Amino acid sequence: MPTYNLKINGELRSVEADSDTPLLWVLRDHVNLVGTKFGCGIAQCGACTVHINGNATRSCTLPVSNLQGMEITTIEGLSEHGDHPVQEAWKEIDVPQCGYCQAGQIMSASAFLENNPNPSREDIRTAMQGNICRCASYNSIEKAIEVAAKKLS
Amino acid sequence: METQNTYNFSRRSFLRTSALASGGMLIGFNLFTACKKDVQPPVDLSLLDYNDFNAFIKISDEGKVTIFSPNPEIGQGVKTSMPMLIAEELDVDWNDVHVAQGVLDTKNYTRQVAGGSQSLRQGWEPLRQTGATARQMLVNAAAARWGISSSECKTKNGVISNSSGDKLSYGDVVKEAATMEVPENVTLKDPKDFSIIGKGKSNVDIDEIVTGKPLFGLDYKVEGMLYASVLRPPAFGQKLVSYDDTDTRSVTGIIDVIKFGDKIAVLATNTWSAMKGQKALKAEWDQDTKAESTAFHDEKLMSILNGNSFETRRSDGDVKKAFAEADTVLERTYESPFLPHNCMEPMNFFAHVSTDKIELVGPIQTPARTATQVAEMLGRDVSEITLEMTRMGGGFGRRLYGDFALEAAEISHLAKNPVKVVFSREDDMTAGIYRPAIKYKIAASIKDGKITGYHLKEAAINNNMYGLIPNFFPAGAIANYQVDTANYKSNITTGAWRAPYTNFLASAEQSFFDELAELLEVDRIQLHKDLLQNVKGTTDESIQYDPERLEGVIDLAVKKSNWGKTDEGVYQGFAVYYCHNTHVAEVADIEMENGYPVVKRVTCAVDCGIVVNPLGAQNQVVGGVIDGIGHTMYGELTFSGGKPDSDNFNAYQLIRMHQTPQVDVHFVENNIAPTGLGEPTLPPVGGAVANAIYVATGQRLLKQPYMKYFQPKKIIG
Repeated sequence: MPTYNLKINGELRSVEADSDTPLLWVLRDHVNLVGTKFGCGIAQCGACTVHINGNATRSCTLPVSNLQGMEITTIEGLSEHGDHPVQEAWKEIDVPQCGYCQAGQIMSASAFLENNPNPSREDIRTAMQGNICRCASYNSIEKAIEVAAKKLS
Repeated sequence: METQNTYNFSRRSFLRTSALASGGMLIGFNLFTACKKDVQPPVDLSLLDYNDFNAFIKISDEGKVTIFSPNPEIGQGVKTSMPMLIAEELDVDWNDVHVAQGVLDTKNYTRQVAGGSQSLRQGWEPLRQTGATARQMLVNAAAARWGISSSECKTKNGVISNSSGDKLSYGDVVKEAATMEVPENVTLKDPKDFSIIGKGKSNVDIDEIVTGKPLFGLDYKVEGMLYASVLRPPAFGQKLVSYDDTDTRSVTGIIDVIKFGDKIAVLATNTWSAMKGQKALKAEWDQDTKAESTAFHDEKLMSILNGNSFETRRSDGDVKKAFAEADTVLERTYESPFLPHNCMEPMNFFAHVSTDKIELVGPIQTPARTATQVAEMLGRDVSEITLEMTRMGGGFGRRLYGDFALEAAEISHLAKNPVKVVFSREDDMTAGIYRPAIKYKIAASIKDGKITGYHLKEAAINNNMYGLIPNFFPAGAIANYQVDTANYKSNITTGAWRAPYTNFLASAEQSFFDELAELLEVDRIQLHKDLLQNVKGTTDESIQYDPERLEGVIDLAVKKSNWGKTDEGVYQGFAVYYCHNTHVAEVADIEMENGYPVVKRVTCAVDCGIVVNPLGAQNQVVGGVIDGIGHTMYGELTFSGGKPDSDNFNAYQLIRMHQTPQVDVHFVENNIAPTGLGEPTLPPVGGAVANAIYVATGQRLLKQPYMKYFQPKKIIG
């Protein structure tokens, strides 16, 4: 089995896995970072969103063989103390219901705000289309992203 | 005195304290025996399992308070709100409370179930009594130490004080308190003195959720655990004939392939290998019972609706006579499809079956029933089973059924290894226990401009509406009223789905009343209020809803929605409903964009009594409304040849952010004991949306999903 050297949350991790193993399962089963969630396996729901070189990316369809030399950031590495402005906003608004999709929502929202620090409501609603919340906490997510944008500015 | 002893014994049977080995006191309280006599069974009792249930408080010698939340947390917020009830009466600072999930404990807990929106309603009295009893024992211990009467003591934020200015923390006296007699009559707080109940408290797991800590079933793992991906019959009614696992066994990481019943489990060292291995299996299946399709179901249900095979569930007056004497009859048929639950966390469960014990860990709404089923399946005693509930990535009814836990236990038993069964999304959507397709035929008779009769017929797949639903509105409001039900037994598995039956029934009935109002040329809101007048002061105890409370939410929704005073291009629809003990009225504002209806705003007025946790309550109400819109607009699972036609989110539409309205929530303020919010805001919204779309387009929507009325026309040529 091939070995891959991945840079995850600033740390180099050596992983033995089949080349087609999606990053999602490498994170969850091989390096024990279970914050990134499995929802659909076909990049449709956004639960598995991580940052690759700062861009929000679905990890469930991303083979481990494509990732050497890239900066991989997961929810566990978004901030050192769980105090990224997006995480703070999520707490302030009390966004989660079941909470399962929220890591993916937060990773999508944080990458989006990097590129668009002053979004309109429509910008937010368009940008977050790729993340499903089955509990339908969408109103709160929208609000929390606005709060986070204010914190970042 | 003998009577005293008897009393103490019975009291002790539901309230127990014990000193902890580590110091401190553990207090338990049996909910079931402590329920007030007027607490009625939940509306869907038949679905649930009512075993023992307890809430626990742990106070360390240092005064640290741990409250064990007894019921499963599926996103409905009980892990926050149930401990709030205990903490309020215990009189501790909420910031000092640590909340932990209780494990399955049938000796000490009653009704460890998430279902029917019943947790807060049934926990309201006994959980507060638990807190108040513990508080009183702590006070009694302090009073004894000071040599004064307990009535001279006060508590605040976990500290007991007396008029001389002495102070003792709960931790200081917990050891003595644990040995005290359990007080007989504790006084509960006056709602005006609440300092925790009614104040918004964040989800107790929020820090862990936003930082990605392991919380969910899918996150659970132990050393040496194998991941199991299961190949199940691809179509309902099929049996396994033979299989070839050669290709599967060549996949890296595969440990074993095990056949059990008509299923094949692929065990691997990681999830990806297990799923890959499952896909590589070659299996032959035999169609054992009928391969059903949606067209077949439609035909069956229609023939049931037009037939005479009904069971009458409620009959008031003489419907036949009312219809015979009517000036006009309005009759409509409403249709709904199967729906999968699609919890974001796919089904999964951990089991470790060994010779001396069985460990079960995972997301389950019915832990007690599941443990019993596992014991029965393996021929073991239930006392050998421990079951730990994880936080759940959604429930919506799917996790009332422990099929995945039974699979895990059986595979672990056969593999002699700790195993976690993990469903792929495809497994989850195609091996579901779906909301069944249902059709309603509703007819009303009109004589001299009044509704004289109402006849509802339900044709459903597998099962019909449960016990109390025939007593919901408009039962009691129309003199001649009849509800008839019948079903077709299918081989497709069906079960509870958020607000079972009412999730579509409310849409159908509230659309029907809208059309009735139009026919009668009366205001649609006035029609409801007039009908409610007929129920006021009723002596019929079977009537489930309270007409005054329904009127209250109607008035609140009308006021807050600016009913009838909208801008041009905004169309409003109204619906009101009672279910799960909660009264709800909703107004949907829609606009037409490029020929499609877009729900822009929903005003939701709710009477659930005292709002225990306003933050959590708001989330439940908004979530229920948007979930309802999503499924009434887009949700549909069709079948061909016994197979579901969709198996993942590329072929099944769940509502997404850009399709959601703003939901404005308004609670009726009162001091009535609280009722649940996990389900009751969902059912009426389909009706409100359909009625708004009618105003905008002139089209009555009778069949869900509603967006099918607005599909682009096929261009020929």
